[in-house]
Amino acid sequence: MTITDTHIGLSACPGCDATALATQRASKRAQQGDREVALSLPTIQCAACISVVERGLMALPGVSDVRVNLTRKRATIYVKPDIDDVVLTDALAALGYDAQPLDQATLSANHSDRAARDLLMRLGVAGFAMMNVMLLSVAVWSGASDATRDLFHWISAAIALPTIIFAAQPFYVNAWRALRVARLNMDVPISLAILLAAGMSLFEVAHSGDHAYFDAALSLTFFLLAGRYLDQRTRTVARSAATELAALETPTALRLKDGMPQTVSLSELCVGDLVLVRPGARMPVDGQIMRGKSELDRAFLTGESDPVFVCPDDIVRAGEINLTGPLDVRVMSVGKDTFLHSLADLISVAEEAKSRYNSLADRAAAIYAPAVHLLAFAAFVMWMYLSGGNVRYSLNIAVATLIITCPCALGLAVPAVSTVASGALFRLGLLVKHATALERLAEVDTVIFDKTGTLTVGKPTLLNSGDIALQDFALAAALAMASAHPRSQSIVDAAQGQALPTVAVTDIKELPGHGIAGCWDGKRVALGRADWAGSAGHGTVLAVDGHIRTTFEFQDTLRAGADQLFAHLRDRGLPVTLVSGDTASNVEAFAEAIGLPDWRAGVLPTEKVQFLKDLNAKGKHVLMVGDGLNDTAAMALAHVSIAPASALDATRVAADIVLISSDVSKIEDALRIARSARRRILENFGVAACYNMIAVPFAFFGFATPLSAAIAMSTSSIIVSLNALRVR
Amino acid sequence: MNILAYLIPITLSLGGLGLVGFLWTLRSDQYDDPDGDAARILRDDYDDHPAD
Repeated sequence: MTITDTHIGLSACPGCDATALATQRASKRAQQGDREVALSLPTIQCAACISVVERGLMALPGVSDVRVNLTRKRATIYVKPDIDDVVLTDALAALGYDAQPLDQATLSANHSDRAARDLLMRLGVAGFAMMNVMLLSVAVWSGASDATRDLFHWISAAIALPTIIFAAQPFYVNAWRALRVARLNMDVPISLAILLAAGMSLFEVAHSGDHAYFDAALSLTFFLLAGRYLDQRTRTVARSAATELAALETPTALRLKDGMPQTVSLSELCVGDLVLVRPGARMPVDGQIMRGKSELDRAFLTGESDPVFVCPDDIVRAGEINLTGPLDVRVMSVGKDTFLHSLADLISVAEEAKSRYNSLADRAAAIYAPAVHLLAFAAFVMWMYLSGGNVRYSLNIAVATLIITCPCALGLAVPAVSTVASGALFRLGLLVKHATALERLAEVDTVIFDKTGTLTVGKPTLLNSGDIALQDFALAAALAMASAHPRSQSIVDAAQGQALPTVAVTDIKELPGHGIAGCWDGKRVALGRADWAGSAGHGTVLAVDGHIRTTFEFQDTLRAGADQLFAHLRDRGLPVTLVSGDTASNVEAFAEAIGLPDWRAGVLPTEKVQFLKDLNAKGKHVLMVGDGLNDTAAMALAHVSIAPASALDATRVAADIVLISSDVSKIEDALRIARSARRRILENFGVAACYNMIAVPFAFFGFATPLSAAIAMSTSSIIVSLNALRVR
Repeated sequence: MNILAYLIPITLSLGGLGLVGFLWTLRSDQYDDPDGDAARILRDDYDDHPAD
């Protein structure tokens, strides 16, 4: 009995119940000329899943290597170039796993992994050097003298100097970048302290001095690199998850060549090509409908929740979803020229605005960096005067002051907290994409929601199922079965919960954009738009021989957790406004259902922007939650923005935080954690300040020793890291 | 104190060995999938015979 066996029947993942597969080892190696395929596997979660996926794929002909990455829930597969992705996903579906191909180009555009690895290497080297030098330093502190002490100091120097040159490079680079444009950042005092400490210690060692600060310079490097690495890793995790979302949308289209559709990449499409857009698919391009009738879901562009009827010669935009009938579309613009992409400029403007946001760390550095330099300089001048011009002694004290004040705790204060907070949010299903997003979220005092797609799932539910005569309902359900239209689906869903009489409807046909018709008992029955099925009227109706029998009323389905979210926001006293592009009647019904007094309907994208500008002018810090293109401009203007994972790529890029979970009440958790994180950061600054208030006078008046510096530095770093763990 | 002549080089080379080991793990992508590695050790695939 092994541990994997005990999983059987307990685990939620299919692989755990299927370990007894034929054993075939994943021992073949990737061969020359193989194609690399990345698949997203959202449902894998245990050792058995890895085995099942790897063995299952290896058993396929043409697959030469498979490697599952459980952390990223992804598999990398090397296959012969002639094997299609579909073969792989089908094989996995047969094993019980959802798999989706990821776009390699989008994935490999993500280079932050390398930066994290580079930092980890420097961190390892700094850690090795710090421990060895500390070992030798302890011997010196405990009383080694004369030749022994000098020997230990020389060995320390031999370890420390190369390490300081190599490991602390990120600080030098940043400091130089700031100095070149005549600015000061946190890295300037850090670099100065490390370099001066090393240089001064080398000089002391050469002259058989008592104190060498090699261990202090190295611990400084190590602790600060640890902070830097945490920061980088947090953002890498969020960014790689965000990249994966983007890579899920493989940019392909069905191009019609001599009437035959073939899958081509978007980049191969030219203006004038004819593409086929099947029901349920998103428009890949801007274009004009040449053939076919259908209904389009334009919620992403306008916020409208009702489908829009389209027929030949109508213009369609990339991003709209085709609902009912297949459409042949003549390409008018593709890729960068589409309306969708014209928003990219706007997003880069927003990014710039956000990079100008002064984070707490920046503000602390603005006070701290000059203060540290002035203090060290003052110590030097004072001791020059007191010691009657003894440069060596005065410089020693100045360096000790610089090392002791150097912001070990400050360097960890922010990254430690944001790592813990982002990790907690990641587990809740929120991706924090922007470095200062949490801080900005903590300052929010007004919340604005979009409706369609954000608070609703963009799928209708039948409202009046209780008022419909059973026979009518049965007829409607029988007709609706034949259609993929969201309203038909909701009628079928509602019908499943009812005991309906059996009706035999024959000869069912769907007329895209209008409805479904059939034959029942010799009569013509039709379900669809009122003006088509019956005579006059509005909405969706069931008609028998042209007479309207029942009207079906729909409402967009509320997302899970929306009620809870609004209750929490009310408790917090945050004013909430619903700003939607949908019709007044839809929005009013919705706002009433969730008990929201403040709503605006029929708002155009430009009006949303104006609304945000007005609020900004009043000094409000707005949190904007939205998913559509009509929200993107407004989101870029908001103080901080959240988009659900179902949002369009452009909108997700503009958002600071992406909500992966389908439960919107997690936004409340995000607010709570952001505020808690901000409190912890401020506390950490307080700890660092307290520490300096005690340590600086010591150093300033010449009582600091390398031992006291080492103790003070480690203590403050540990306190700050432990405090960060209290983020909840 | 002559013992130091042996001890210090031994300490440093052992520490250096650790560092080289760390750099090797880093270079061979061993920090890419911490969750997966934790799970893989529990598989019984290699219980009967090692990988070819």
